[in-house]
Amino acid sequence: MRYCAILAAVIWAGLATAQGWEDRQVFGTGDAPLRVLSSTDTSFFRPIIEDFIATSPEVSVEYLVTGTADLDVLFRADPTAYDVVISSAMDLQLKLANDGFAAQLADVDHPDWAEWHDSLFAFTTEPAAIVINRAALGDLPVPRTRQDLIELMRAHPATFDGRVGTYDVRQSGLGYLFATQDARASETYWRLIEVMGRMDARLYCCSGAMIDDLIAGDLVVAYNVLGSYAEGRSETEAALTVILPSEFPTTMMRTALVSRQASDRPVAEAFLRHILALQATGDATRFPLPPLAAGDGPVIGLNPALMTYLDKMKRDTFIGEWEDAIVQDD
Amino acid sequence: MTAEVNTRGSLRTRLALILTGGAAGLAVILFVVVRALSAQIAQQGQDNVLSASMSSILDSALVRDGRVSLDFPYSSLSMLTTDADDRVFYAIYEGEVLLSGYDDLTVPQGVTPDRSRFTTVAYKGEPVRLATGVRRLIGADGQRTVSVTIGQTQDALSNTLNAISRNVALLGIGFFVLATGLAVWAASFTSGQLRRLTTSVTRRGPQDLSPVSKPVPSEMVPLVGSLNTLMSRLDHTLTQSEDFIAEAAHRIRTPLATVRSHAEATLQRVDHAENRQALLSMVRAIDESSRAAGQLLDHAMVTFRAENLEKGEVDLEEVLRELVQRMSPIADMKDITLDLVAQDASVLHGDAILLQNAFRNLIDNALKYAPAETAVMIRVDGRKVTVCDGGPGFAMDEIHLLSGRFVRGKDTGHKVGSGLGLTIVQAVTTAHGGTMTLSNRPEGGACATVQF
Repeated sequence: MRYCAILAAVIWAGLATAQGWEDRQVFGTGDAPLRVLSSTDTSFFRPIIEDFIATSPEVSVEYLVTGTADLDVLFRADPTAYDVVISSAMDLQLKLANDGFAAQLADVDHPDWAEWHDSLFAFTTEPAAIVINRAALGDLPVPRTRQDLIELMRAHPATFDGRVGTYDVRQSGLGYLFATQDARASETYWRLIEVMGRMDARLYCCSGAMIDDLIAGDLVVAYNVLGSYAEGRSETEAALTVILPSEFPTTMMRTALVSRQASDRPVAEAFLRHILALQATGDATRFPLPPLAAGDGPVIGLNPALMTYLDKMKRDTFIGEWEDAIVQDD
Repeated sequence: MTAEVNTRGSLRTRLALILTGGAAGLAVILFVVVRALSAQIAQQGQDNVLSASMSSILDSALVRDGRVSLDFPYSSLSMLTTDADDRVFYAIYEGEVLLSGYDDLTVPQGVTPDRSRFTTVAYKGEPVRLATGVRRLIGADGQRTVSVTIGQTQDALSNTLNAISRNVALLGIGFFVLATGLAVWAASFTSGQLRRLTTSVTRRGPQDLSPVSKPVPSEMVPLVGSLNTLMSRLDHTLTQSEDFIAEAAHRIRTPLATVRSHAEATLQRVDHAENRQALLSMVRAIDESSRAAGQLLDHAMVTFRAENLEKGEVDLEEVLRELVQRMSPIADMKDITLDLVAQDASVLHGDAILLQNAFRNLIDNALKYAPAETAVMIRVDGRKVTVCDGGPGFAMDEIHLLSGRFVRGKDTGHKVGSGLGLTIVQAVTTAHGGTMTLSNRPEGGACATVQF
């Protein structure tokens, strides 16, 4: 245990200095801020946090943004350092709860399918999308399905070569979740990845970076981009088209948990309850993320099966196959 | 009236206690057994699912490129989804080397391929049910042993058990309440039979010695039989003794009359003062005996008739007027006047002969104790008859004893009397549901009041 503690301290110290947070902001003026570790861009959470601080002004919130895979490593290394963990990687979150990192909350009025073990709570439903730069695509038809996209790329390699992007599943927890769920649903995924590999696909850590490159025109198409991010940007950037693949949509739920070792459990719980309550209002200005929706097709289920692809052997096998398909440099 | 009886315990309480105690015991046994059975069944259910999950993981094991790999399906873990969101843990070992899963999970040792093992351990602060299975793989370089342990917390199981326990507890309580109700009913039904018998015996008149005729349960037949026999013997003895008394009195009275007439005849012929005095004493004694015998007969008659009243309409005023008329000669001899005052005299539903006898005894008493030149007041007021005389009155210290058999006042002196007069009055009054009170008048003289 001592070894672990020292290791954790070393890692933490290393991360604290070397950790380049994607974003780090403090809301409110309290002395001991509530530390929220999140994979969600601050822009989406700013109204939610401000709303929370308005109800309890003595509280301040430190909002730390990093990637889903990083987030899991950081939190496991020092669960006392963070009070609330928010991530789009449902599998990693579920494993955190399963491993006993999450506190159980009593009497939360929340749909049963959107919570697990009274400790992990989903508060959005967000589909994975194909996003296209309309201008870069030119006169080519807009693909509606994965199959369309495969055929389009095969027919017009010149347009797509080096200009297709997707998640690097080795870096991104969410990318890995989307990839494993796609692979579970259909063999089409592997053919798509193979074709993308042949097009010399560019691999990304996050949806934001893919959208940036799409807008810049460096990418024609990005696969498995977070729909919500793309929608948010496509409203301002008319060039982007967001397509939800019609044959089988992959929809994830963003989840939050309260650390069992949170320094201030009551405030952390209040914050989580506040998120769930705001989600339920359906007010887009107070809650800019897509709220929970049961009706829009199948959603990745919150259950222990999510841990299947987190199994070391399964992961090694999957990453191996994925690399074989997409990385064709050597 | 209830005589002192030795009591130990109560049949009803004992019966109710035995039955409710039995019911409580049965309810507890029911609860324990059903709960244990359902716990076993529920555990069996969880074990089956764990076993299926473990097998499906184990089945995916194969040796690839000299390495053991398990590419287990999504369903292996998804089948462990429960309503209570139970946590799931697993560990996959090749020999002693952890391939994947939780390295700190306690894996049972010595599991063989032909038999999987189920254990319950505490893991991460919760009881976890583990299923462990082993499989041997044949690779190019020989035999490999793969073991899979899959565990699940028991929240759903304990929820199910709690629900079952609640229902079984309700069932047990319901059973107990029902059985208790039945026990109380059975106990009170049983004791009710006894109580009914008691009531029917208690409610009888003092002279009623007839056998119990109402049907009784077979268990009580010996008791009731003995009771009936006892009462008929008692009845027989009583009748015999009263018959004997009446017979004796009758037998004595007739010879006494003969003796008296002889004594009076002799008195006519005797001149010597001493002898006359002796004869007079003799006549007085004979009178006293004869009167006593007469009253014994009266009393026997009253006792007999009181049991079987021959009821009819009796006009109190008429009865008394007739008595006054009949007794006036005796009163005249003693210079006593009999005054009858009737006011709203009632017509009573009773035995005329008995009532007449009672009133005659009252007037007789008054005439006996009233001094000469006084009046005996007989007053009828509704259903109340009062007879008062101008005599010395009752002695207050013995007034409550006077209605007893053969009890006479202390200062009766040489008056002829048997001590049965007021006893007869009392018996008749009681037989008619009335009361007799004795008192003294403030201005002197005794009063006997009969209120029907």
